[in-house]
Amino acid sequence: MTKSDETLLSQHFEITGGDFNNAGKASTSIKEILQEIGIDSSITVRTSIASYEAEMNVVMYARRGELTLNITPEKLHLKLKDEGPGIKNIDMAMQEGFSTATDEMREMGFGAGMGLPNIKKNADKFELFSIPGKGTSLDIIFCLNKTEKK
Amino acid sequence: MTLKEIKELLQAEVIVGKNCLDEEIMFAGGSDLMSDVLAFGKPGLLLLTGLSNAQSVRTANIIETKAIMYVRGKKPDKAGIALAREKGIPLLSTKHMMYTACGLLFSHGLPGVSGLSSKK
Ligand SMILES: Nc1ncnc2c1ncn2[C@@H]1O[C@H](COP(=O)(O)OP(=O)(O)OP(=O)(O)O)[C@@H](O)[C@H]1O
Ligand SMILES: [Mg+2]
Repeated sequence: MTKSDETLLSQHFEITGGDFNNAGKASTSIKEILQEIGIDSSITVRTSIASYEAEMNVVMYARRGELTLNITPEKLHLKLKDEGPGIKNIDMAMQEGFSTATDEMREMGFGAGMGLPNIKKNADKFELFSIPGKGTSLDIIFCLNKTEKK
Repeated sequence: MTLKEIKELLQAEVIVGKNCLDEEIMFAGGSDLMSDVLAFGKPGLLLLTGLSNAQSVRTANIIETKAIMYVRGKKPDKAGIALAREKGIPLLSTKHMMYTACGLLFSHGLPGVSGLSSKK
């Protein structure tokens, strides 16, 4: 293992599908961690936004999922993995405004169809894998090394 | 505009943050959709919203808004109030509807989020 991919910090959170009371708590904790260890404030905001949107998607659409935060000297990596319906048409899901949210979710302030595109916009690297009927996983990466271009 | 001036202009009630009314607010934005807020919001924002669940405060904390103004007389729930206290986010509530509240603030010189139309 080279020094640059040595893990400095790793944290794991469980997310329960449909649990709107606790929705967003994992991302709130992640934000606290990033502030505590002194990550650059603009990266902290971008990471928290991406994490929150991804967490909300698990709560809204999946049965359960997990969120892992991994920090190395060069990168901050958010990994989400859920068990749920998966996404059949990823190109469509990535479009701003596309949403299958129910009226109930809209009443709670979600379903603008902005989540995935906004995660992508904030991340330096974003990958989405999904197996319909099984689940979805997201890899969201932020470069901590400022000389690397976004 | 200070939070105190905003409070008076909108005849708002302060739910959390009575000691923070001297804070200077530079810009505001209004939406009931949290992912809209996460997309257009910038740190320092005054968020006007009719959404009163805990998610409104969680969202505000994520993007580092200065304060939340609930419209249509809405009040946040207990979990929202607790988080706002913990994070030091002032919460206010006005009886005005969204359009009127935003209009009053805008016409008194409080601009919207800058660069919204030029956002790539
Ligand atoms: N983890 C997931 N599992 C299954 N489907 C998903 C998942 N995440 C997103 N989707 C699908 O992709 C669509 C678009 O997601 P996106 O986050 O962009 O918008 P939204 O969640 O509908 O609304 P918003 O994020 O603005 O509240 C969703 O409506 C849903 O159909
Ligand atoms: Mg979403």
